[in-house]
Amino acid sequence: MQLTVWTYEGPPHVGAMRVATAMKNLHYVLHAPQGDTYADLLFTMIERRPERPPVTYTTFQARDLGGDTAALFKTAAAEAYERFRPQAMLGGASCTAELIQDDPGGLAKALGLPIPVIPLELPAYQRKENWGASETFYHLVRALAGPMAPAPGSPPPARTPSPRPRCNLLGPTALGFRHRDDVREVTRLLDRLGVDVHVVAPLGATPADLARLGEADLNVVLYPEIAALTARWLERAFGQPTVTTVPIGVGATRRFIEEVANLTGADPVPALSDTDDRLPWYSRSVDSNYLTGKRVFIFGDATHAIAAARIANQELGFEVVGLGSYSREQARDVREAAKAYGVDALITDDYLDVEAKVTELEPELVLGTQMERHIAKRLGIACAVISSPVHVEDFPARYAPQMGFEGANVIFDTWVHPLMMGLEEHLLGMFRDDFEFADDAAPSHLGQTSRIVEDLAAPAAHADAQDSLPAWAPDAEAELGKVPFFVRGKARRNTERYAREQGVATITVETLYDAKAHFGR
Amino acid sequence: MNRPAPALTSAPVNGCGEAPVLRERGQREVFCGLTGIVWLHRKIQDAFFLVVGSRTCAHLIQSAAGVMIFAEPRFATAIIEERDLAGMADMDAELDRVVHKLLERRPNIRLLFLVGSCPSEVIKLDLSRAAERLSRNFAPDVRILNYSGSGIETTFTQGEDACLASLVPTLPREAPEAAPSLMVVGSLSDVVEDQFRRMFDRLGIGPVRFLPPRRATELPPVGPKTLYLLAQPFLADTARALEEAGARRLDAPFPLGAEGSLLWFRAAADAWGVDRSRFDEATALGHQRAKRALERYRAQLAGKRIFFFPDSQLEIPLARFLARELSMQLIEVGTPYLHRNHLASELALLPAGTALSEGQDVERQLDRCRAADPDIVVCGLGLANPLEAEGTTTKWSIELIFTPIQGFEQAADLAELFARPVTRRKRLMV
Repeated sequence: MQLTVWTYEGPPHVGAMRVATAMKNLHYVLHAPQGDTYADLLFTMIERRPERPPVTYTTFQARDLGGDTAALFKTAAAEAYERFRPQAMLGGASCTAELIQDDPGGLAKALGLPIPVIPLELPAYQRKENWGASETFYHLVRALAGPMAPAPGSPPPARTPSPRPRCNLLGPTALGFRHRDDVREVTRLLDRLGVDVHVVAPLGATPADLARLGEADLNVVLYPEIAALTARWLERAFGQPTVTTVPIGVGATRRFIEEVANLTGADPVPALSDTDDRLPWYSRSVDSNYLTGKRVFIFGDATHAIAAARIANQELGFEVVGLGSYSREQARDVREAAKAYGVDALITDDYLDVEAKVTELEPELVLGTQMERHIAKRLGIACAVISSPVHVEDFPARYAPQMGFEGANVIFDTWVHPLMMGLEEHLLGMFRDDFEFADDAAPSHLGQTSRIVEDLAAPAAHADAQDSLPAWAPDAEAELGKVPFFVRGKARRNTERYAREQGVATITVETLYDAKAHFGR
Repeated sequence: MNRPAPALTSAPVNGCGEAPVLRERGQREVFCGLTGIVWLHRKIQDAFFLVVGSRTCAHLIQSAAGVMIFAEPRFATAIIEERDLAGMADMDAELDRVVHKLLERRPNIRLLFLVGSCPSEVIKLDLSRAAERLSRNFAPDVRILNYSGSGIETTFTQGEDACLASLVPTLPREAPEAAPSLMVVGSLSDVVEDQFRRMFDRLGIGPVRFLPPRRATELPPVGPKTLYLLAQPFLADTARALEEAGARRLDAPFPLGAEGSLLWFRAAADAWGVDRSRFDEATALGHQRAKRALERYRAQLAGKRIFFFPDSQLEIPLARFLARELSMQLIEVGTPYLHRNHLASELALLPAGTALSEGQDVERQLDRCRAADPDIVVCGLGLANPLEAEGTTTKWSIELIFTPIQGFEQAADLAELFARPVTRRKRLMV
């Protein structure tokens, strides 16, 4: 048993729902108790989808358990077929139905429906959401494209002649972090390379589209967590090469363009000289100086976390002080990446571990999921969201991809804004003694009554630490007051830590500056 | 916890007391009882809810709660894993380990609920034995109880019913010779509780106690002199447990709207023999204020046709309020479970011929709803946006649980919850 407060991933059948909901003309019949229908709201509320997920639940109750729950499933599947007339159907179980062992996948097949029925076995007590999505996509593609594959050993089928090479975009699903916009951006990028998109899947694809996957010249895997398994199979079955670079960040986008160009013989130059590529100049412009060496903690799914670390380090000049992921399946890649920044990867799905790590590292910026946003908010640290799990605000109305050059532009804005706090640091430094900038001065346009700045420098209220806290001499306390408010809390903590470590009982102005020298920036 | 068929009380003379009910079996688009933890943990402030279940359970509560506001919320899930099911780990020992870890980390917990789930029920994990065993270990500092919030046994608000029912046997027993006392049963927001307490004071009714209490250390006593008023319509098992402890229910409509609140207070006033002039004097101000405040919403909502999908069991009292105080037309009132006894006074007040449905086949109900083309639909979060996208105005029902809606002072707030989506649709020109 695992004690869990918040969870980064849902159960594997939610992964299957993300695939089913992304597609058209596919229906998923899920053997599940009443209550499991909550999953619909993930799509209708968080993602604001205007239609219900194409999922029929058996919603069995206790009184059904003594009876024939298998019959309940068969009826639900038959009625769902009659009502929705899908091109293909998925049959599976949620965690509870797995325990009653009705074999819903087998039952669905046995109905003899005139459409492909794909049984899903998603062990809910071992696996999680992304694995469930990956497995579902793989079985769908095998079942629907498999019949088109050449016999093992025979050459791949001759492709229909086409003036431009064609590729599949694999991995985007419903409820994905910016998947909708990434597809558009990568399609645009490929177009500049002279490459056409053949099928995007699962997002927007029909079962019939999946059957056509083998006709493309190559596959682009946008989200390895979901599509790497399927791409490997397509590579074996149809001899299609796979583009493995995920184009998040300027460097990765350039490598992606070169990789596609190599595989297709396309000319990479037009795509590489995209005039909308603004991040490199913005990062070099002088006011980005204050971004130098900002300490950043990164946590998310493996793909986004690794990409974020690379961008932070190479494209914004931050210092990566922590890197981690909840994607255990991709843990090795994350560990490898972490080594490059001289940190140990944090591989965990325990939210409390992540919180402890952030508290310990005291970064200046947290790049994480919605969970880390809450951690950062509590600790008063700037934060930007880079990965699932998502919240409704991660589906912005505007175009906001993460991939390609436009994605890099979006990332630059999204990460830098929380650090700006509305004022450039050098201006704060210059004007810190101005009476209007005093901590308890209200903005002049609001009159003189309200006090706007919360005192972040108040001593930490940790009861256990209280007795061992060194005392502050009045002049040291006054000096601390001159430190800009947004770093004062950290200055206080660092000074106290330094005093404790040095056995200093009373913190003087000298201790304050000794600590400053000791800890550097 | 199989529910016996509700006993029919004496047949009301008008309204919908004996109206036929459409009973349906099919896909039920409802939450399970675990969802109740979202408001119960806010209400009982030193209690902790440990769901013994699967990743789905944890994901449900997190998704239903909407945002993860609390660093360490007063609920968590002990997720059953493959090794537990395969017998590689002893479930009882595992549960003990998890509870020890939790209580070590959270020394402020005074009351711990082990909450059963679909998986724990199906594998027949005996949480009542676990609760007894752990109680012995942690007494007297922590009391450990158990109830089921599983979807196979409970629908949405029935989770609160199961929770409160598990509390009843632990309530202090009051002697038969104690003075009569009033217990208000069902969780209410603190502001509503305080208003109710002031009203009972004015009426000279007391002592008044609330179940659930705000703190686990303030459990209300129960005995043969306890009279109780249900503040929520979904408390069948809790009521039964209270009756077993000797308490008697005061029959009343639920305190929604000016009329409902008035009749609800009157049930208590009658039991305490409060004379009519004193009652009128005490309630007149609030009652009149509520009626005045409702006027402007009646102008907006009168004649509008409303359709209820089943959700919280609040549907019938809400429908009664909307029909009688705001002159709305009821197309269909769906409820997950119809407790005829507890709802007798409500059914009597419903307009004759109101279409009632119990249980659900969501696809068929959507067909009926589309055919009826109502002005507003009350439904759960899974259906609201899809219906809006089809052009139907909706009121998402979970807000009716999270918002203070009971009593005179909240009557207009309740009406506003229905008026807002209607007004919004009228305003939008895009």
